[in-house]
Amino acid sequence: MSLRARVLDALGEVIDPELDEPVTTLGFVSSCEVSAAGDVTVHLRLPTPQCAPNFAFLMASDARTAVGRVPGVGAVEVVLDDHFTGAEINAAVARGAGFGDAFPGETRGDLAALRTLFRRKALVGRQARICQALAADHDDATICAMRIDELAPTPEVERCLQLRRELGLPHGGDAPALVAGDGSAIEPDQLRMWLRKARLMTLSLESNGEICRALLAVRYPDQPQEVEVPA
Amino acid sequence: MYEKDGEKFFIVDTHIHFWDASPQNWVKGREDLAKGWIECFHAYQGLGPADTHWTIEKFMKYSEDDFEKDVFEEGKTDYGVFQSTYLKYWYTDGFNTLAQNAPMAEKHGGRLLLNGRWDPREGDAGLRQLEEDAKRYNMKGVKLYTAEWYNGSRGWTLNDPEAQPFLEKCQELGIKNIHVHKGPTIWPLDKDAFDPKDIDHAATNFPELNFIVEHVGLPRIEDFCFMATQEPNVYAGLAVVVGGLMHARPRFFAKVMGELLFWVGEDKMLYGSDYAIWEPKWQLEGLLGWDYPDETFSDYPRFTLEAKKKILGLNAAKLYDLEVPKEAQLAEAEKTTEPAAEDDAKLVEVDNI
Repeated sequence: MSLRARVLDALGEVIDPELDEPVTTLGFVSSCEVSAAGDVTVHLRLPTPQCAPNFAFLMASDARTAVGRVPGVGAVEVVLDDHFTGAEINAAVARGAGFGDAFPGETRGDLAALRTLFRRKALVGRQARICQALAADHDDATICAMRIDELAPTPEVERCLQLRRELGLPHGGDAPALVAGDGSAIEPDQLRMWLRKARLMTLSLESNGEICRALLAVRYPDQPQEVEVPA
Repeated sequence: MYEKDGEKFFIVDTHIHFWDASPQNWVKGREDLAKGWIECFHAYQGLGPADTHWTIEKFMKYSEDDFEKDVFEEGKTDYGVFQSTYLKYWYTDGFNTLAQNAPMAEKHGGRLLLNGRWDPREGDAGLRQLEEDAKRYNMKGVKLYTAEWYNGSRGWTLNDPEAQPFLEKCQELGIKNIHVHKGPTIWPLDKDAFDPKDIDHAATNFPELNFIVEHVGLPRIEDFCFMATQEPNVYAGLAVVVGGLMHARPRFFAKVMGELLFWVGEDKMLYGSDYAIWEPKWQLEGLLGWDYPDETFSDYPRFTLEAKKKILGLNAAKLYDLEVPKEAQLAEAEKTTEPAAEDDAKLVEVDNI
């Protein structure tokens, strides 16, 4: 596998925290150049110049970290293009600084709480899809009693487990397949209303992703994604 | 009134603009922000049908004739509500201010309602201005844009102590419709800038005011729905939902409508075209003819004729005290339906789901 392919692989692990999708499949990576010496330049683009600076920062900063970890990579430059706070973000990411340093006086802390909030939303949204699929041929009591080991290891399930690890929620094979916010199993008599609420979260994540894709396509109509995502 | 298949519809477009984003109106040194803003709006227009797209030149500044044709002739609007958006940080005379909208409202004798604005960061001077505006323009509503930049601040929330006197003043002056738009640059930047929780608190503290959450809280529709279920005075403004999704993403539009009808209910949803981002005609006709695309949506509430009549005008007529011609009113029996029970959404926080 070429160094560029491994760099792209690494970028595929960078998630838009608000949409819970990789920046590569969202089309946010507009170019990725690797020099003979292994120096990498990645350009990121977003659907609007006003996309939230906090999420933009997380993606740019995570991209730099992910690419920097790839063996053989030299210097890493990540450039967020066409964004109203691009200059601040690019400068802070380049010097490895935190969000607070990018916007002095405009934050009260780092982005950990924001990231946690959106991991929770992402987990709820993904669990709703898993639950809906299970509901096709299982009754509510059976679904609530299911363990992780009983789920097929689909990418959706794997992502849920990763989120549960990151959130400190139980994720062992005998942990409940679906969990509430505190990590406990869901009671069968509450499953339908839980699903209604969780499904709304799925819709929110999915429709935001759709809006972002649609706006990105309008913003860059003649520049289709240059980056081939490794299979 | 719009007539279709023998049914009469009273049309209130709760979200229209007559703006000036032309280069002559750009603040020197902030041209990039002024240009970026209108280009972003223009990109949203791209989500509507191709034959309704404008050039960026027309989009920056359209004429009175354009407005009258699009809103009244083609859009069949009985009443329109101007939502002022000042943005004086980068538009010299403002983007669409009360003063800019007033001559047009005057020309159309009562068919265009003028909503003003306030900003808690303007303090006592702002309160005095609100009082003056309320008298001069007979305001029944305001549009609040919490993401607006002002003197180095990148936004505010309805919870700020400085905002409370303004809400009290609205209650006192009978400005009972508070339209709120959440934007992407609220301070502090490390929080979720779209979180509508501050509206929840304000709605509880000011029960006589109605809070219309524009664009149904998108991109936080879940937070908005849970809140609207708990608060009887919180409404869903459909601007952008219809314009941005109905044509470009019809299946998502169907899900969003289904969820709104379930959680918020047809009595608390308000049609708005967000003209001139999108022309009203295709949105109105689309909504009138709309139904769920297939049976996979069968557990959502139905979009009935009554629901259409309410959402397209009757609900807004109640909020703005507009007289509805008899033939467009509903029969007694059709008047209310129950959305999701309040208990269902009680204390919904993502940690509790």
